[in-house]
Amino acid sequence: MDLMNILFIAPFLDMADSPVFLAEVVIGGVLTGVMYSLVALGFVLIFKASGVFNFAQGAMVLFAALTLVGLMERGVPVWLALIGTAAVMVVLAFIIERVMLRPLIHQEGIILFMATIGLDFLLQGVGQIAWGSNVKVLNVGIPNESFEVGGILLNEFDLFAALIAAVLVGVLAVFFQKTAIGRALRAVADDHQAALAIGIPLKTIWVIVWSVAGIVALVAGIMWGAKSGVQFSLSLIALKSLPVLILGGFTSIPGAIIGGLIIGVGEKIAEIYWGPAFGGAIEGWFAYMLALVFLLFRPQGLFGERIIERV
Amino acid sequence: MLYREAGQFKTSYAKDQAVFPIIQDRWFIALVLVVAYGVVPLVANEYWLQAVLIPFLIFALAAIGLNLLTGYAGQLSLGTGAFMAVGAYATYKITTVFPEINILVVFVMSGFVAAGVGIVFGLPSLRIKGFYLAVATLAAQFFILWLFNKVGWFYNDNPSGTITAPPRTVFGIMVAGPRATAEVRYFISLTFLVIFALLAKNLVRGRIGRSWMAIRDMDVAAEIIGIRPLQTKLLAFAISSFYCGVAGALYVFAYLGSAETEAFDLLQVSFPVLFMIIIGGLGSILGSILGAAFIILMPIFLTNAPALFNLPMPTDLSKHIEEIILGGLIVFLLIVEPKGFARLWQIAKEKLRRWPFPY
Repeated sequence: MDLMNILFIAPFLDMADSPVFLAEVVIGGVLTGVMYSLVALGFVLIFKASGVFNFAQGAMVLFAALTLVGLMERGVPVWLALIGTAAVMVVLAFIIERVMLRPLIHQEGIILFMATIGLDFLLQGVGQIAWGSNVKVLNVGIPNESFEVGGILLNEFDLFAALIAAVLVGVLAVFFQKTAIGRALRAVADDHQAALAIGIPLKTIWVIVWSVAGIVALVAGIMWGAKSGVQFSLSLIALKSLPVLILGGFTSIPGAIIGGLIIGVGEKIAEIYWGPAFGGAIEGWFAYMLALVFLLFRPQGLFGERIIERV
Repeated sequence: MLYREAGQFKTSYAKDQAVFPIIQDRWFIALVLVVAYGVVPLVANEYWLQAVLIPFLIFALAAIGLNLLTGYAGQLSLGTGAFMAVGAYATYKITTVFPEINILVVFVMSGFVAAGVGIVFGLPSLRIKGFYLAVATLAAQFFILWLFNKVGWFYNDNPSGTITAPPRTVFGIMVAGPRATAEVRYFISLTFLVIFALLAKNLVRGRIGRSWMAIRDMDVAAEIIGIRPLQTKLLAFAISSFYCGVAGALYVFAYLGSAETEAFDLLQVSFPVLFMIIIGGLGSILGSILGAAFIILMPIFLTNAPALFNLPMPTDLSKHIEEIILGGLIVFLLIVEPKGFARLWQIAKEKLRRWPFPY
């Protein structure tokens, strides 16, 4: 009876008790969720266009953030450092396509996945040798003041992150829907062979997709780096964004955003209201369990394409 | 000339269905076993046994386990570390509650416990597959390790939160605990690997292995020819977890001596074992062993290489160089031979068969 109380009654009483606190928790969750979404976006872009499950996305986030900080430490102004890092990510996309993806074309998904794990090691090593492995502070001039709205404590930085994510999604949506390259990307995502047949250059498309994913990684790197410092653990947030992907579906950009929000909010609420019942620190696995239960009912995620099997 | 099956006639069905039908293979296996049992313990010193050979044998066992699931049954799993942890913690729990049971039996018993847990976390595989399933198995990884960390019952409310191998003897020989010699622990790990590798080799040739491969290649078609997906997939999860569980028990009792949940971390165990089977070759028992050798030996070689060439190097730099070389090698090997060492060995056999007169 006691257990039932802790699991099913007490948390809701707590919630009803102080709605302001609940609102704060939810908003905190939403903002963390936005950060997860930023990382998940990079995964979705690459998976959509090339069917590669890019495990190195986390390392790309780390690599971009390290490059940015490294350039700024050497006295390069912020705007120039941003452009420089973006250029580095584009060059990286070229190298990855030429050296890794092209010889591995037509291999099975698991082989490509494995190759991206190799890439993950490679990028972590190179980034940390080139720019040092100590924890770095990233300050690109994002305001970081707290203020209150209707008794709810908000942070300017988090709002800024949400704004950036919204702008990024908007830009990507326009890019995918309205431009010729975007249409080509969608065609490739739909059917490689058909896209090739009507003359879409697959190699160029892959370079573009990896470049875009690199720039998304840069944005994610800036936000995470400014929040918690640039260090090795940045590459581990890739693991955190996997349940987000599952929830949203591997192939859906809005899915990545919504999934991120659900995971962010769910995780925070579970930790604060149900955490004590389990002895705390359930944030580590809650997202995965949520995704697992979710998968049992909807295997393709919220917005993923329906999995149709042909024999 | 050396490796030629011409003239080896099989006169009975039993001979035709032997695990190693070619006489050279049988000699080779026998030679490896003689070296492993007779020569290595005499030659190798404490460092080699403890730091290289024992972890190699244990990880080879875990790799065979994962290969049964991923390589043969086609179910991608990232939860190896968790299943190994189940084996280790179950061994600890059983042997502390019932100290009189032979520890070697306890290893096998904890394998069955791990198999049970594997079945539970294999249930989602009936609905989902591929990378979705991989992420679902991550749930097992994080949840099980969290559970072992949080609930004191699993580690007997030990204040340090670790499980330590208690001293255990089998037929008067110390096999576990701080006073067990490296040789004994080496023999135990080796024997487990040999027995279970042979079992796996036979398993994948038979009805069970074939139904796994049918499910892997095309599950809908497999279902139509009468293979039950539920039983087959869950059996794959159970047997794979059994292997991982035994490997996990050995990992703590024959190698580490004492461990906490961090020893079974995703990046420490689950990913390396996955590397082993992909580099070694999916769907190959030999490949699992070769892959384990490569992944275990490579970092040790890279750590010692600067000293060999008299290049003084700060440790963090050499660690990153190690990462770069390992990552580069993985990508390189996949580009050169996506089917892994097992395929290279097959090619070498084809060449040997005709050497030195190819025409």
